[in-house]
Amino acid sequence: MNNYNEINMLQSLVDIKELKKIYSSGGGLFNPKSRSVHAVDNIDLEIYKGETLGLVGESGCGKSTLARLIIRLEKPDAGHIYYKGNNINSFSAAELKSYRSNVQMIFQDPYSSLNPRKSAVSIIREPLTIRKIGDKNKRDEMVMQLMGKVGLSKEQANRYPHEFSGGQRQRIGIARALVLNPELIIADEPVSALDVSIQAQILNLLKELKNDFGLTYLFISHDLNVIRNMSDRVAVMYLGKIVELAANVDIYSTPMHPYTKMLLSAVPSGDPKNKNRILSIKGEARYAGEKGCNFQNRCSFKIEICAQEAPPLKRYDQRRFCACHRGDSI
Amino acid sequence: MSRLLEIKDLRTVFDTAKGRISAVDGVTLSLNSGDTLGIVGESGCGKTVLALSIMNLIPANGKIVNGEILFSGQDLLKISSDEMRKKRGSEIAMIFQEPMTSLNPVLRAGEQIAEAIRLHQKLPPKEALALSIEQLREVGIDDPEKLVREYPHQLSGGMRQRVMIAMAMSCHPQLLLADEPTTALDVTIQAQILDLISTLKEKNNMAVILITHDLGIIAQAAKNVAVMYAGKIVENSTVENIFDHPFHPYTRGLIESMPARCAASSDRNNYLKTIPGNVPSLYNLPAGCRFFDRCSVAQKECNQEEPVLKEIEEGHFISCWKYPGITN
Repeated sequence: MNNYNEINMLQSLVDIKELKKIYSSGGGLFNPKSRSVHAVDNIDLEIYKGETLGLVGESGCGKSTLARLIIRLEKPDAGHIYYKGNNINSFSAAELKSYRSNVQMIFQDPYSSLNPRKSAVSIIREPLTIRKIGDKNKRDEMVMQLMGKVGLSKEQANRYPHEFSGGQRQRIGIARALVLNPELIIADEPVSALDVSIQAQILNLLKELKNDFGLTYLFISHDLNVIRNMSDRVAVMYLGKIVELAANVDIYSTPMHPYTKMLLSAVPSGDPKNKNRILSIKGEARYAGEKGCNFQNRCSFKIEICAQEAPPLKRYDQRRFCACHRGDSI
Repeated sequence: MSRLLEIKDLRTVFDTAKGRISAVDGVTLSLNSGDTLGIVGESGCGKTVLALSIMNLIPANGKIVNGEILFSGQDLLKISSDEMRKKRGSEIAMIFQEPMTSLNPVLRAGEQIAEAIRLHQKLPPKEALALSIEQLREVGIDDPEKLVREYPHQLSGGMRQRVMIAMAMSCHPQLLLADEPTTALDVTIQAQILDLISTLKEKNNMAVILITHDLGIIAQAAKNVAVMYAGKIVENSTVENIFDHPFHPYTRGLIESMPARCAASSDRNNYLKTIPGNVPSLYNLPAGCRFFDRCSVAQKECNQEEPVLKEIEEGHFISCWKYPGITN
């Protein structure tokens, strides 16, 4: 998956078109001023079969909302999501059921996403039971095989979540996601609750499983170093919008959008000899106002038009998109 | 450069239903005025308990059973609780990981900062409030007159941490303990907070103990680094030594498993190096070296006796049997 010049030959698995999700808050007794938040604001994005698409952004930028829309835990306010050409929001109940076994999710916090009253084996087996796949022996066999794959031993099968460490719990969550043999895995911050030494174990496991099962990943993280290590392409999100989308190498070697540049400057390099920042970092992610670019209040490259018009996500070459009025001039 | 803090053989234990554990077990380290010492380790290794021991704020089921904490030459473990209370906040201050839970939700930001000032500097409320506005301006808040009237829930995470820092800095402490100060924050806010701490440190010639699990932050902000594992310091040196010539297998493993250190992954099979296994439970430690089960170079002898921290070259301490010249 290195040669994105042949991008037209890639098969699109998920195709997101002009997707919008708006939440409103306030309007009640104590906070009468009602306010709407564009959690996902007109997003176009494709996920290709067999790739790892990294989605990076700070808290509250809409990463998780996008994931929930793709897995249809939420319905969009506008726009469409196509899975292999079919619109997921017009699925019948039966179609939705099969869609949900093809698209699985791994969650951030392995402490709160596992049922504390169920043993590891029954957590992993549950999707099979619900879908009545195989008989009991067959199911157990499948679960045991998968547990071996994710690095859990047979002796651990009947233990409960509280008896596992964070890394092991995440392995249970991964096995549960894989048991229905999905095509697409949405991993929402899968390692951010883990210790450094465990984080590397889980990242390696995810890579291994991807090769073994031919999976496609949407890998969501706030950590640019983790995204760099995992992804083929990277989408950078800011306040509900994709601001830059490019191949992994390009994002890190020649970032185009001022926000991508700021993020890269903010990440500690991990090298005490390299402490200098390319760009100064100011402000917080906050809506700048009704009009213009969302990033204008923090941007060092702002010009007049930025306060007037929101820049669209524009294609710069075959494999590179950026939403900035000054995309190619800075 | 004068020696500000010297900790000798500190041992802090907790009595729990399952027995006694040593969360900090024989820690020795020192810190000069104006320096930043980074303490790095994974969750449960005793970083926070070490900081709380310095503040003498150990929870009720814990106690310090051994060692000395010399602060400007005075042993903090020997002074009365009244004297300690006077030092806390004025000479030694601490900021915490989660600014939302460490601020009082029913007090306005200004009152909380003014409280510390009134307590330690005995100023009337009005002057204390004026000082806290000044302090907020120091930590980079544009409109402090407005902010002093706001409650913590009205502030963003970054703003709350700035308020915490303003509070900690209000009495110009000589030592700031920062326990995971940016873990709950976004990267761009994290960068701003780390810059702020370093600016304030320079300006006030303050020493900082920066506790974190993130080696990237250590590389960026610390001058010296102590690596902790299961209650013990396993390696302690300058930040350059730790990153360029780490010796302890745990330090090496931590650095190699950093995604930032692994070259860009245009190659899909670019696996990260890992440390196998998990941090041992403090209830059930290996007999010899605590890293024994996870160590790639361990030999049988390592499981016999615990290694002690030895200086292998000037300013570089390690505790490992495998270093040439150290034998058991």
